[in-house]
Formats: sequence, structure tokens, C-alpha cells
Amino acid sequence: MTERRVYLDSAATTRTDPRVVAAMEPFFTETYGNPNSLHAEGRAASTALEDARGRVARLLNASRADEVLFTSGGTESDNSALIGLATAGGRTSGHIIVSAFEHHAVLESAEWLGKHGFDVTLLKPHSDGLVYAEDLEAALREDTILVSVMHGNNELGTLQPIADLAAAAHRRGALFHTDAAQTLGKVAFDVTALGVDAASFSGHKIYGPKGVGVLYLKKGLRFAPYLMGGGQEFRKRSGTQNVPGAQGFATALEIMEAERADESVRLTNLRDRLETAILGRLENTYVNGTQSPRMPHITGLIVKGVEGEAMLLHLDAKGIAVSTGSACSSGSLQASHVLLAIDCPQEIAHGSLRVSLGRWTTEADIDYLVDSLVPVVELLRAMSPVYEKMFGGQRA
Amino acid sequence: MLYSDKVMEHFGSPHNVGVIENADGVGEVGNPVCGDIMKITIKVSDDHLDDIKFQTLGCGAAIATSSVVTDMARGMSLADAVKITKAEIAEELDGLPPAKMHCSVLAADGLRAAVDDYLMKSGREPISGGPEDVDGDVHGPAEA
Repeated sequence: MTERRVYLDSAATTRTDPRVVAAMEPFFTETYGNPNSLHAEGRAASTALEDARGRVARLLNASRADEVLFTSGGTESDNSALIGLATAGGRTSGHIIVSAFEHHAVLESAEWLGKHGFDVTLLKPHSDGLVYAEDLEAALREDTILVSVMHGNNELGTLQPIADLAAAAHRRGALFHTDAAQTLGKVAFDVTALGVDAASFSGHKIYGPKGVGVLYLKKGLRFAPYLMGGGQEFRKRSGTQNVPGAQGFATALEIMEAERADESVRLTNLRDRLETAILGRLENTYVNGTQSPRMPHITGLIVKGVEGEAMLLHLDAKGIAVSTGSACSSGSLQASHVLLAIDCPQEIAHGSLRVSLGRWTTEADIDYLVDSLVPVVELLRAMSPVYEKMFGGQRA
Repeated sequence: MLYSDKVMEHFGSPHNVGVIENADGVGEVGNPVCGDIMKITIKVSDDHLDDIKFQTLGCGAAIATSSVVTDMARGMSLADAVKITKAEIAEELDGLPPAKMHCSVLAADGLRAAVDDYLMKSGREPISGGPEDVDGDVHGPAEA
């Protein structure tokens, strides 16, 4: 008998949809040419690549296909957007604003720029899990060149007001990038309606393959290539293109968009079932961002008086995969920078548990998680020397 | 970062969990900000650890090191118990990931604190010499 596994970590990565795998297969063994070659094999691969690019551009509502650049993933898209836009034209200074709860791919790019002549401001989100446009307006300066705020936060699930933030940046002459790896296909993403100059996406968050991503880069922007070499991707991203990956990305996104309306309702119902059950059965527990616009598939749970990694390991032993922002899971002794950025106290942030639902999550999975988590929390709280002292008086 | 089977055994079914009523010594170390708090209670007779129990709030390694240190110390003389090092605790668990070594420090410190508490309550001098570490790993007194 195989062990029952319930995968509730879709915000970390997803299972590649078998329909995507099938769509990719011919581009490994049949249409295997280098899309930059002039011969028939190359031309066929180039046709496949441009087909994928066109499909992605349409789904993002880009005005031109060549605004879509294929990359190796979300991290490369984020790194190259920040560094490529900031250092374009040999620029060595200027002001950059990023939110304090960005993915590390953005934060560390900003930090790198900060060490190389640029001035970086970390914009603090509020405890509701949102970055406010008025805060951005106050932080923008004459010399601000670039703003980067993520679309959906990966730990909280909260959706940022991207159109308002981009408009605020543009009013002061700054460019606007968003990391949309977590939201693509889960909520509407239209580069034209949102008014962004650049956006980063990842294939493996949308039931596509790992190792492929997209950088949307609006036509006409100055951009310093981050990978140098053969001048592929309109001289903006060198390296022989991942044709199967590009085809896989396009198919994955098509499926996401075709199923989004129904899937969004289904996931929201499952998420609400999960949150209602957990909050009803466990005292001293809350969910982040419930008063804010949220993605349908992420629950950022805080279980007071329990350490996140201990919950994760017990759940894993019961066949359930989730993740945590606790310090102990990170290798550092700091709790998640996301939770600290929204002023969640350290001692409470250690009890974070992120449950993220996906295409194959069922009601039975949710019920199994709840039935498993409740005794785990009770066990760990009973084993704690301080639970009663710290939280026993706050039964709620 | 992977845990050894031994860590997972102790984490999944920890030994000596609880609080000894009318304990002879109590050691409480760690703090809620760093996320790990450990409390050790001991029963002493003839300067040996007759009984030892723990309660821990913390990650897998914190619970496993707490569990294993109570196994190691049970029956030991007080003088030997305070000499248990973080390295010995980690070794007993077939190793700990580098980022988790501070958890074994917590367990060793909790044991020392309990022994010193017993000695001081009996009007004797503490013998542990205080927390083992070093390296910014020192866990302060529990604040909760």
C-alpha cells in the first residue's frame, strides 16, 4: 500500500500537468533544433519558440510578442529586471524602491544594487499584508528610477494594488516592475491594464516545468542584458532558448487561463473550508490578510505557541506537505522577513504555517489536514513549557 | 537540510516529556523571540539524577536534543551531567545540521541550569560554570 500523500505546498511548486508534459514532448526528440540555426531543424524550432512567445504575449495582453522574453525562471526574471533596468545605459546611481516583503530574488538584487552605487528604499507593507500607494508616493523621489512590488505575496496570499502603484511610480518618472510568479494564472494578470513596465513569471508555479520563466519587458525600455553571449531573445537574454520549456510554459498558462474562473471559485471554497475549520477547532490561531484582497489558494496561518517546523515535520509524517516561515526552517535564526515586515512579533511568527492549495486538492485533503493538524498542535502545546503562561489566558 | 533518523525518532516519540512534581532542580533556558524554550526538571538523590523530564517549545532539533539529553543524563552523577557537551548531544543523534547546532547547546544549558538550581537551593555552589557557548549561540534566561 502506498503512503497517502496530501500535497498542500503549491505555492512552493506544482506538479507539472500531464497535458503540459505531453505538449512539451515533441520538442525534445522531434523538433530539437537550435532556434537560432538557419537550417530546417532550426527553423522548425524557431517556429515553435515564436508560437509559444505569441501565445504567452496574448495571454498577458502584451502589445507585442517581443515583449515576452523566456528565461530560466522567476529568479532570473527578477534579477535581470532589477539589475538590467537599473544599470541600463551604463547608469551607476539612482534611487530604487522595493517592498520589504519581496521574494529574496528581488530583495537581494536590490541589495546588490545598493552595494554598487544605487540608493535603495525598502517600502514597508502594513499589517493587513498590503503595500499602500500613498506610502509609495511619499517614498518616491526626483531620482527614483525603478520601483518593484510583488503582485501576490507568497506567504500571506495578499494581492497588492499594482495598477495604483505603477501609476504612482510613473507620475514621478520611475519604471515599475512586479514579481507575479505567485499570481500568474490564479488571478487576472494583464500587463496593459496594470500598466507595468516589467513583470516576472515562473513556469513551475503554474503546473508547467521547472527551469523556465518569462520576463515581460515593455518595448522601448533601455535594458542592460544580464546574460551575455549569442544575443538571443532580441539581444536581451543570451543563451540557446529552452524550446520545450517555452512550449510548456505557454500550454501551462493557457490551461490556467481557460480554467481560471471555475478553479478560482473551487479553490476559494476549499480555502474557506480550511480556514473555518481550523479557526473553529484551534484556539489562539489566526489567518493573515483576511481583510485584504487575496489569492484563492494560499492560507497564511499563525498558530500561537507552537513552532512551525515542528508542525511541518509532524504533518509530513502523516503524509501532508506544507511549509512554514519559522526561523528554524530557514537556517537563520530570524523568523520570516515577510511576517516581520508586517509587524508580526517574532515569538508569534515562529508559529507560521503556509497551506497552499492546488489543481488536485480535494475536500477530503482539506479535512485530512484539519483532522491531522489539530492533534499535532495540541500535542506540541502540551509539550511547551510556556504555552499556558503565554497564551492560556487568551483563549479565543 | 536533512535530519538523521535518530533525530526524527526522538522528535516523533520524545522520551521523558513532562514536569516532575516537587522537582529538586529546575532549569529553564531559551526565549520566545529565538523560538526555542526548554525547561528541565530533575529529581536528585545521592548527587545522582534519579529522574529527569523536559518540556520544550521549538523545532524538530530542539525537541530531539531535549529528549536525548534526558536519556543521556538519567542516572548520571551531577558532576558528569554538567560535562555533557553540545557535540556529544549531536553525536548521540547521529549529527545535526549546522544551522541546528544551537539546539544542542540549549539542551546542554538546560541541564546545567537544572543542576545548578538544585545545588543553589541546597545551599551549595553551582558547578556547571554557566552556559557552554560561545559563538553568539547563548540562550538567555527564559523571559516568558
